[in-house]
Amino acid sequence: MAEAARRDALSLAAHTHATVTPLSACSRFVLRGRAPALAAAGAAFGVPLPREACRAAVVEERAALWLGPDEILLLAPEAERDAVAGALHAALTGLPHALVDVGHRSAALEVAGPGAAFLLNAACPLDLGTAAFPAGMCTRTVLGKCEILLWRVDAARFRLEAMRSYADYVWRLLEQARRDWTG
Amino acid sequence: MLLIDCPFCGERPELEFSYGGEAHIARTPDTASDDGWTAFLYDRTNPKGIHAERWRHVHGCGRFFNALRDTVSDKFRATYRIGEARPELE
Repeated sequence: MAEAARRDALSLAAHTHATVTPLSACSRFVLRGRAPALAAAGAAFGVPLPREACRAAVVEERAALWLGPDEILLLAPEAERDAVAGALHAALTGLPHALVDVGHRSAALEVAGPGAAFLLNAACPLDLGTAAFPAGMCTRTVLGKCEILLWRVDAARFRLEAMRSYADYVWRLLEQARRDWTG
Repeated sequence: MLLIDCPFCGERPELEFSYGGEAHIARTPDTASDDGWTAFLYDRTNPKGIHAERWRHVHGCGRFFNALRDTVSDKFRATYRIGEARPELE
């Protein structure tokens, strides 16, 4: 009996195991515009911008995340900031758009492991099952009292971005939830 | 939790949304009388039953949309994009 209970506890730990890791800085741009501007920007950025709601597109180190019907977040390595900005400005000349460098606005965390969705659901009301929230899906949502950007990079790995001033709150919230489950 | 069907993102928890007042209120011309402005700014239908209202998916895609909500049961009967006609409910 005691052995069976111990096995159950171990398997629960295996299902709820998750790690929270800060990610290094990167370049971020928010692009807003209509279809012609988004198409031109996608070509210049090297990633076709997603037109389907709540989806992310990735090519090597660069990613484009759908935030709204005319709003895309572009992620690239930190060192490529000037190159990306230059290429986008050149490609978007003459097309109505708004391109804003928000690289210093957010802090990114990675939540990974078999229990990553379970851990996030401690404070996030979204359905994070793989049917409702498959790999490649991204969206803004809420975590506790903070607005976050959540991107399921693959089945057991999420990238989470929060306003820099909220990063400490988000970290402590997730860390508390993690310790509650993994003891 | 109450789920609201965003016309762009699909069903999402209520926490992601904010209320934006009654829908389909056309701005009054600048030349309107005081009574016209009063009606535009303050007169609302406040129905018991189906109410057309604006909502914003503020912690999501950020877009405004319209919804038909039953003020008695708090059930959302339909949601539709800004600019679309109010749908008929059966």
